[in-house]
Amino acid sequence: MALENILILAAASLLWGALLRERGRTWFMLIASVLVIFWLQPALPIRGADFWAPLATLVLVVLTWYITTDDETRKGRKNIIVLLIVAGVVLLLNLARFVPQLQIFTASRPPQLETTLLIFLVTGLTLLALSRLTRFSASFLTAGLILTIGLFLTLKVPALTYWTSYFLRTLTYQSLDATRNTDFAWLGFSYVAFRLLHTIRDRQMGRLPSVDLGEYLTYVIFFPAFTAGPIDRLERFIKDLRRSDCEVLAEGQSDLPTASQRLLLGTFKKFVIADALALIALNDTNATQVTSTFWMWVIVYAYAFQIYFDFSGYTDIALGIAQLLGIKLPENFASPYLKPNLTQFWNNWHMTLTQWFRAYFFNPITRWLRSWQKPMSIPMMILLTQVATMLLIGFWHGVIWNFTLWGVWHGLGLFIHNRWNDMTKAKAAAWATTSTKQAILNISGILLTFHFVAIGWIFFALSSPVTSWQVIQKLLGLSF
Amino acid sequence: MNEIKPINVLLKGIFLFILFNLVIAAWQPGVGQFSLYNVLYPGRERLPFGENPKQAYNLSLFDLDAMFASHVIAGSPKADDEFRVIVIGDSSVWGTLLKPEETLAGQLNQASLNACGKNVRAYNLGYPTISLTKDVMLLSYAKQYDPDLVLWMTTLEAFPLEKQTSTPLVANNEEKARELATRYQLRVEADDSNFEVKSFWDKTFVGDRRAWADFFRLQIYGVMWAATGIDQVYPSDYEKAQTDFEADESYHDLSAPLTEDELAINALETGFRVVGETPMLLVNEPMLISSGANSDIRYNFFYPRWAYDDYREIMTALSQRNGWTYIDLWNIAPVSEFTNSAIHLTPAGEKMLAEALAPYILENCR
Repeated sequence: MALENILILAAASLLWGALLRERGRTWFMLIASVLVIFWLQPALPIRGADFWAPLATLVLVVLTWYITTDDETRKGRKNIIVLLIVAGVVLLLNLARFVPQLQIFTASRPPQLETTLLIFLVTGLTLLALSRLTRFSASFLTAGLILTIGLFLTLKVPALTYWTSYFLRTLTYQSLDATRNTDFAWLGFSYVAFRLLHTIRDRQMGRLPSVDLGEYLTYVIFFPAFTAGPIDRLERFIKDLRRSDCEVLAEGQSDLPTASQRLLLGTFKKFVIADALALIALNDTNATQVTSTFWMWVIVYAYAFQIYFDFSGYTDIALGIAQLLGIKLPENFASPYLKPNLTQFWNNWHMTLTQWFRAYFFNPITRWLRSWQKPMSIPMMILLTQVATMLLIGFWHGVIWNFTLWGVWHGLGLFIHNRWNDMTKAKAAAWATTSTKQAILNISGILLTFHFVAIGWIFFALSSPVTSWQVIQKLLGLSF
Repeated sequence: MNEIKPINVLLKGIFLFILFNLVIAAWQPGVGQFSLYNVLYPGRERLPFGENPKQAYNLSLFDLDAMFASHVIAGSPKADDEFRVIVIGDSSVWGTLLKPEETLAGQLNQASLNACGKNVRAYNLGYPTISLTKDVMLLSYAKQYDPDLVLWMTTLEAFPLEKQTSTPLVANNEEKARELATRYQLRVEADDSNFEVKSFWDKTFVGDRRAWADFFRLQIYGVMWAATGIDQVYPSDYEKAQTDFEADESYHDLSAPLTEDELAINALETGFRVVGETPMLLVNEPMLISSGANSDIRYNFFYPRWAYDDYREIMTALSQRNGWTYIDLWNIAPVSEFTNSAIHLTPAGEKMLAEALAPYILENCR
């Protein structure tokens, strides 16, 4: 999100409070979110894709809601109204095709109306077909899970992204020679996918609360958290969403200073600190240009702080805007660089992502491994689960060699810390009997953890293992 | 605990913001003198200039204080055994497509010259726009660094009257230009429309945000300058200087013969007044002499033959009349030693130029 996007969204959220007062909060959030996912989607080389991508998000969310919701909730009349309103908003956006002055919510001229109507028809028929089924099969949930993961992989595996772009270019009669794997950047899908997977899995486990379509849509595409999280949980989100407007307004008076403070802090972190550090942070170009060990460390440090201020700044902005609307999104960062070990670092860095992986991958896989008749040794199990979890987190950013190395680096780091902690915990406690010794241990831990993480960022920042290795050599003064 | 009233916070915030802006506008703090260069990282070998900051780690700005404070000369106290030479001029001196050590100043330093028992240390103070007034402005700043000799590299393109204040560096420093006019009789028209006049509101923090941002970016890019030694983009391929031309004899709406009145001779004279007793060598810099299509009409992209020949005659006469040391090196470099412009030399071309100038430097030491 650019600064002007943030200012407009913050102003709109404030205006809602000032003008609409005691009603329409949930409708405001829903309609604003629908508009914003179209508004933020950048222009793409594939014709019409900047309209189709957000529309695909909406269709996917509606279908996922349908398969994850119980019969009773599904039949509610409000769902029809929500569906009609959302469809109406999309149609209005599409109709702006004929009025250039109104094309403010899409990056390019919206596509032909017929195609949108055809998508509505297909979605409607699918919903109708699903509603006619007398028994709702669990296999729909599995299919939803596979579809979401499949789409996710399509966007994250460069070869698949390339072929998707190729396919879409064929559909739009565009030059195939110009196909790039960066052609189809579906804004916000990474976070949307996590929310969809969370609800599908919780439905499979029978622990998903019942929510109507409007609530579900607002949860998945909630505009402050659409592009950069945090990844909230549905049961927590709807508690805030269902609070009465009066309650929210009353609290809003006291929330306004904290929300504004958070918003300003986030804006400062992102647009002043992070953007300034970006000028000197490690990248593919400067990695090969730096001529001394000292300055190599400086630009690696710059990257470490840039990514922190950038990401945590966006989180603050999301939390601030959401708070203006009476939603308290979960925290995503809690001074991660001041943690004395890697386990604590990951408990405080992009917390909602790590909690998601813990809930839906790490814990289930650990339970499964323990359930074996002949369980493997504990250290082996820890190694396997830690590395696999961190690998998946790496793949979430993209299925390329450098994210793989980054995942393995952290997975091994977590395993080593776990073993080291087991071996030395008692000795460390016996040694650190004074506050000075405890401080020494703590500060050493912070420094060591920070540097481990900073070196890990080299794989994250660069696109090639060879360049990453050259940077590491330069950091050690081995190669210039 | 007192309850926080959002409206009060908002009003106080707005009040403080307005106050801050007004103070900045009224005070004009001149932060350019403060620099992290020569303190946290080494000074730049040439003045900041760049149109592609993210790749060049360099940018163009108009704050002369900040520009000079980032230069290595600002952080180099003159040693007893140093013979300080400053080189001013256009992009050919600054060194477009050249690394700092490949420029004229860099080549002079590599030659390890010894003048009157002192080590010659040359500083590159060229700047990539062509205007004598711009050169004089930089010269007046450079004087504070106590040069023993000034090399002023010029070419005819720096002389047309309309080019004097239109160059962005001069246009955005009206106050400095008028100061030169008062102190050294530089001719500056009272109603010159080239100057960017700043209103009071333009001087507030918000109004002048571009200049503030440039100042901070210059400081931040110092890290990359220190880390990489890169201060411009070096393309692997570029278009070579043009050698075939249309049969076009025009030159800046002027007609033959060229006269002194049509050129900014006053700026040249001002330059000599600025340096005072310090020796200054006025050099007509090398240019590409084409043998391509219509080369009987034009020497190169910049000059028709008649204008340039007249210019050389004027310069010779002018120098003799004023007792200036004038060195005409217009034809010392072959076509093959020019890069993307008729005045941009290759490293080998710069070396030839440095070798040609070295004897004059040695002759003019005191």
